[in-house]
Amino acid sequence: MSVQNKSGLTLFDKIWEKHIVQKIEDGPSVLYIDTHFIHEVTSPQAFTGLNKRGIKVFRPKQVVATADHNVPTLNQHLPIKEELSRLQVEALIKNCAEHGIELYGLGHPYQGIVHVIGPELGVTQPGMTMVCGDSHTSTHGAFGSIAFGIGTSEVEMVLATQCLLQSKPKLMRINVEGELNKGVVSKDIILYIISLISASGATGYAVEFAGSAIRSLSMEARMTICNMSIEMGARCGLIAPDETTFNYVNGRQFAPKGEEWNKKLAEWKTLFTDADAVFDKEIHINAKDIEPMITYGTNPGMGIGVTKNIPALNEVDAKEKPYYEKSLQYMGLEAGSLMKGKKVDYVFIGSCTNSRIEDLRMVADFVKGKKKADGVEVWIVPGSKQVEAQAQKEGIDKVLADAGFMLRQPGCSACLGMNEDKIPAGKYCISTSNRNFEGRQGPNARTFLASPLTAAVAAITGEVGDVREYLN
Amino acid sequence: MSVIINAEDEKKKSLTTAKFQSERKVIQSAAVPIELENIDTDQIIPARFLKATTRDGFGKNLFRDWRFENDDENKPVKDFALNNKIYSGKILVAGKNFGCGSSREHAAWAIKDYGFDAVVSSFFADIFKNNALNNFLLPVQISDEFLQKIFKAIKEDTNAEIEINLEAQYIKILATGEQEGFEINKYKKTCLLNGYDDIDYLLNIKDKIEAFEKATA
Ligand code: SF4
Repeated sequence: MSVQNKSGLTLFDKIWEKHIVQKIEDGPSVLYIDTHFIHEVTSPQAFTGLNKRGIKVFRPKQVVATADHNVPTLNQHLPIKEELSRLQVEALIKNCAEHGIELYGLGHPYQGIVHVIGPELGVTQPGMTMVCGDSHTSTHGAFGSIAFGIGTSEVEMVLATQCLLQSKPKLMRINVEGELNKGVVSKDIILYIISLISASGATGYAVEFAGSAIRSLSMEARMTICNMSIEMGARCGLIAPDETTFNYVNGRQFAPKGEEWNKKLAEWKTLFTDADAVFDKEIHINAKDIEPMITYGTNPGMGIGVTKNIPALNEVDAKEKPYYEKSLQYMGLEAGSLMKGKKVDYVFIGSCTNSRIEDLRMVADFVKGKKKADGVEVWIVPGSKQVEAQAQKEGIDKVLADAGFMLRQPGCSACLGMNEDKIPAGKYCISTSNRNFEGRQGPNARTFLASPLTAAVAAITGEVGDVREYLN
Repeated sequence: MSVIINAEDEKKKSLTTAKFQSERKVIQSAAVPIELENIDTDQIIPARFLKATTRDGFGKNLFRDWRFENDDENKPVKDFALNNKIYSGKILVAGKNFGCGSSREHAAWAIKDYGFDAVVSSFFADIFKNNALNNFLLPVQISDEFLQKIFKAIKEDTNAEIEINLEAQYIKILATGEQEGFEINKYKKTCLLNGYDDIDYLLNIKDKIEAFEKATA
């Protein structure tokens, strides 16, 4: 199946092989997991399972917990009003205490969306295997690690044994070469890639992102790309670590220090795909072909350049038509029509895709001195307490407030509509999150996915627009 | 709105139910068709129902927003397959890329809890497939062609019986006798047939895991 290397090794191979405890004949491998993130929604049943078996967490020091999916984003200092949410968060507190797991819960200065805090705390490091009961664990692959989402039974497995049974995925490399156009950011790159290969185009694969356009990106921008690799079905996404990576990790709370740092650094520098390594599939993309992107449908593969028309019915494959028509009907959009100029009711800037300090800076730079459009509600939800604190330090909070935006407290918020932050039925929301599924942001809510820049344009104008018209 | 079932019930049910059910090596049943591609786990079980801390009771909210208008149980969407009385059975048949999106295992729990023992599609998202297997819900991946044949067979006769034979790894439309093989890795097959779970396996090799830790520290 996968590469049997007579030739060189890929980045993925190098990390994978190092973590194999045992191979089962005609079956999966036992993969050792370095770091396990947990949160309140997908862990309670796993702890119940452990308790039933009468066992404790095997390596509690390798587990990091936070509360993010189900927490309110206003008045976090007060008890959670919604009873079931409160019970779930309390269950996490109790489980962590019982098993000796470090919890960055509500009120903790490190609390935030699990995929935002791991990297910013320096917990996420190159060469690691990392899992979490959350599909966007792929985010951490930006550091050159194997990081993927798992289900609750698997959370239980890792809690119990720090291992997982895994079959090796096939390997794909996506090369993005050249310089990005003005107004095009990493979110546009990944939306473009998914629109090209579809929401299932990488299922069964681990995807390495490479090429000069990827190399040129900051760590935060790389995280946005790996974050959404799950949206094309990929098991994980990863990018070889380089100076940008090392500089980012260096000095963070849980990063190696002193001698340990030098040792690790030497190891990390071996983490790249050998020149003669072979992938099961390879895709080449020219950065110049990428425009600011917007989605029009109900999966992240249904995206187009912001100046393009939604595909006409006769451009859609016959087999896909029922899905396509249902999707446009849900979105209240006409096949063949133009996305540019579509009115929006809400703007959501947040989620583990785009809620980091660079995203907030990008938005603040754009809106400085401008006002939000009438009738549009704008929510900015920072990814973590640290992002929030940094935004305050830089005065970003003031810029956004002056523009009429609402700055909320850290959490997943309207990305998944689990807490009270929901988009009302029938309303349009331009969102920097990662999923435009039916009902994702609330029952019958309609989502356009876009970059923070494109979202900022919508906040100011009240409609889908081309950010390039506003840049000089 | 989610049901919370108390810990006692949870204990009683526990893994043994799943293990018991898995002893059926052959599933023979009519099937419920949802002829749509890219059915994501947010549709299978919307996020607002993920607040429970047990594994039970999710079947009630399976495909919640496709089943009911405006979240109102008194307003079932008549032609949605789960509400349409002409369909029944333990097999769910759906279009390509089933189970994409969120990793929530609640999706597999909901399908199983509703009463399905197998899901048939021409393509499954990875995480969903693992979650299904870990809950003794059999994901049967077949060719696009054969999937269309099954949809056709159900269209012609909504009671058309499908046989899924895990032991021999084939799926068959009984009315026409047409069949196709499906893949499943040997280890997983053994687990399903015998009701073993991965955690038991891993717990049994703990000394190996500890040795690995020492060697790589
Ligand atoms: S922000 Fe959204 S995608 Fe990210 S972890 Fe939270 S719910 Fe999942």
